[in-house]
Amino acid sequence: MAHGAAPGTRSDGTFYAEGAIRLFVLAAVFWGIVGFLVGDVIAWQLAFPVLNLDLPWTSFGRLRPLHTSAVIFAFGGNVLFATSLYVVQRTCRARLYGGDVLGKILFWGYQIFIVLAAVGYVTGVTQSKEYAEPEWYADLWLTVVWVLYIAAFVGTILKRREPHIYVANWFFLAFMITIALLHLGNNMAVPVALMGGDSWTKSYGLLSGVQDAMTQWWYGHNAVGFFLTAGFLAIMYYFVPKQANRPVYSYRLSIVHFWALIFLYIWAGPHHLHYTALPDWAQTLGMVFSVMLWMPSWGGMINGLMTLSGAWDKLRTDPVLRFLVVSVGFYGMSTFEGPMMSLKAVNSLSHYTDWTIGHVHSGALGWVAFISFGALYFMVPALWKRQSLYSLKLVSLHFWIATLGIVLYITAMWVSGIMQGLMWRAYDELGFLQYSFIESVEAMHPYYIIRATGGVLFILGALIMAYNFYRTIKGDVAEGAPDSVPAGATVGVQR
Amino acid sequence: MSLIKHHKLIETNVFLLVLGIFVTVIIGGLVEIVPLFSIKSTIENVQGVRPYTPLEVAGRDIYVREGCYNCHSQMVRPFRDEIERYGHYSLAAESKFDHPFQWGSKRTGPDLARVGGKYSNEWHVRHLINPRAVVPESIMPGYPHLAQRPLAYDTIDANMRTLDLVDRFETYSQVDGAIENAVADLEAQATPDADTSALVARYSDFAFGPDRAEDQVTNMALGDLDGNPDVITEMDALVAYLQVLGTMVDFTAVDQTRKAEWIR
Repeated sequence: MAHGAAPGTRSDGTFYAEGAIRLFVLAAVFWGIVGFLVGDVIAWQLAFPVLNLDLPWTSFGRLRPLHTSAVIFAFGGNVLFATSLYVVQRTCRARLYGGDVLGKILFWGYQIFIVLAAVGYVTGVTQSKEYAEPEWYADLWLTVVWVLYIAAFVGTILKRREPHIYVANWFFLAFMITIALLHLGNNMAVPVALMGGDSWTKSYGLLSGVQDAMTQWWYGHNAVGFFLTAGFLAIMYYFVPKQANRPVYSYRLSIVHFWALIFLYIWAGPHHLHYTALPDWAQTLGMVFSVMLWMPSWGGMINGLMTLSGAWDKLRTDPVLRFLVVSVGFYGMSTFEGPMMSLKAVNSLSHYTDWTIGHVHSGALGWVAFISFGALYFMVPALWKRQSLYSLKLVSLHFWIATLGIVLYITAMWVSGIMQGLMWRAYDELGFLQYSFIESVEAMHPYYIIRATGGVLFILGALIMAYNFYRTIKGDVAEGAPDSVPAGATVGVQR
Repeated sequence: MSLIKHHKLIETNVFLLVLGIFVTVIIGGLVEIVPLFSIKSTIENVQGVRPYTPLEVAGRDIYVREGCYNCHSQMVRPFRDEIERYGHYSLAAESKFDHPFQWGSKRTGPDLARVGGKYSNEWHVRHLINPRAVVPESIMPGYPHLAQRPLAYDTIDANMRTLDLVDRFETYSQVDGAIENAVADLEAQATPDADTSALVARYSDFAFGPDRAEDQVTNMALGDLDGNPDVITEMDALVAYLQVLGTMVDFTAVDQTRKAEWIR
């Protein structure tokens, strides 16, 4: 992992193209807070429906896609752009292909996609395919941006001064290529305007019914598998060893789990369609591959956690490393829970309930967001050439407040989700269904409040992070903060 | 493992790496998706499933626009409790004309696969305007604006032409006059005491075949659906769509053996 300064590096580190990366970092923080906030608003709407305001553009049905897209594609996407462009230049010891010009084209191109999609959602422009809601024009725009993204990334690898392509870049490549494939495969549509329709936004997809369902969840599950997993494993493979100052635990394990993970993940989609009208053979394939997927997932977790060998003591003193390591722990937990929920017997209870929402958020908040926070805390001082973060105490506060938020969120959703599933299938002693549907809705109320409260804590944590970044970029250092900087975690110097 | 030794080849050549990734990730999707188009038993052979009428198409577009799928599934699973709560489990055939499918993934509210005919038009209108007026504990948003907004249907035939183009069954081409008369059909369905015989006849012919002229489509919601006969609103369209959901297949005529195998 020890990459010395590349030839030609100036003392201020301007060898690398970093202007666009700084923008991606700021956008990630901004969209993260927006996405968390919208998520919490809709969480409160479920507890208090009056908050829907009975207006078209503030109803749950339109805001929920805004939340999911904002956190996955706006927050997660900007983190992935920032980290991938940061990592590829350093691990290749090469300046970004296309330089800052291409970097900024990518930045503005991607932000335009986000705004196009978001404006569509609140005005009711949607394909209604989960996590693929943007209509045809936004999809086409993203396709162009994505091709440029792959060109910049692969171009940089081609210019590398290292013989080997570092493992983080394999994961970034798998993420980029597979997302391109999924995006094209799941968004085939014809705009009605082509056939003389008034609306220039509306389109109808090429597929219907069962084939459309299978294609959608081939997409949907692998948006998780490649956007939220492979991409963020790449982040793990660079930032955990860097922050712990230890080499990756096992090179061999990284090869085996990389190929196994990307091969198996793509098959797991049908577990979203258990007991539906999808043929049994496809459901069974989805279940079996989901269970097998547990192994390479934990291969990644083991490789990440064991990198801490000999450096575990740093967890006590370095809150940035704590974010990174706890995120890997959440990754391990979610990737055990996922295969379990893909078993048909378990799924018959969990499907359609809030247990699924809890599962998704233990992955999204615990894994994706936490490893993102860790990487952002690492990059901000480095990108703005600051000696350290403004305050590690605030990082620590962010960590604990966000962790508490996650615990409230996922425990509330576990308990209530299982309760919901059990109420739906409960029979009384006379053989009648014991509960009407609305009774299960009523029973959710206290849990919806606990969940939304957990969300408030998570947002507070993100606001603390934003403040910390503001002061860091300004060049401030909190009094006494340098004393608490652990030896292995000095930031901002020659990376 | 010698295989790992040879990995050096891949990790020093970005083209090999990209190719390797592409081949590795393409396999699963191909195996799971392609056969769904070729294996005939994927979609059950049942009678009665027809494409949506123009008013139902417009209503479905509103259902999609408002994001109803975020909270309501349209997929009854073959469990005893679901069948008792919602009705017969869903068949693949029932959504074969759905671009895109609306099976959903979450039941914050109840499943809607068989909501058609369960409640009166008036109930739906009151419920959509203010859900708590009819179900006090409901947490659903209200949609009062649907009842006020006139439905934009001047180019509904373009929507149907697009659906016909994307549909691999080219459905609307087989419904005699469906596209040409789209606007007239829409108005007929939503107007009280209108002559709906042509509308009903063309969709009946598709659903049951022209040689069974005695069978008529009876699941079309006809007339003034929103309690406002003066104007065709978005509410009219959405109610027409909700009322047809899950009503197309006559399950008394469906082979019951598979059903018995499935229920747990």
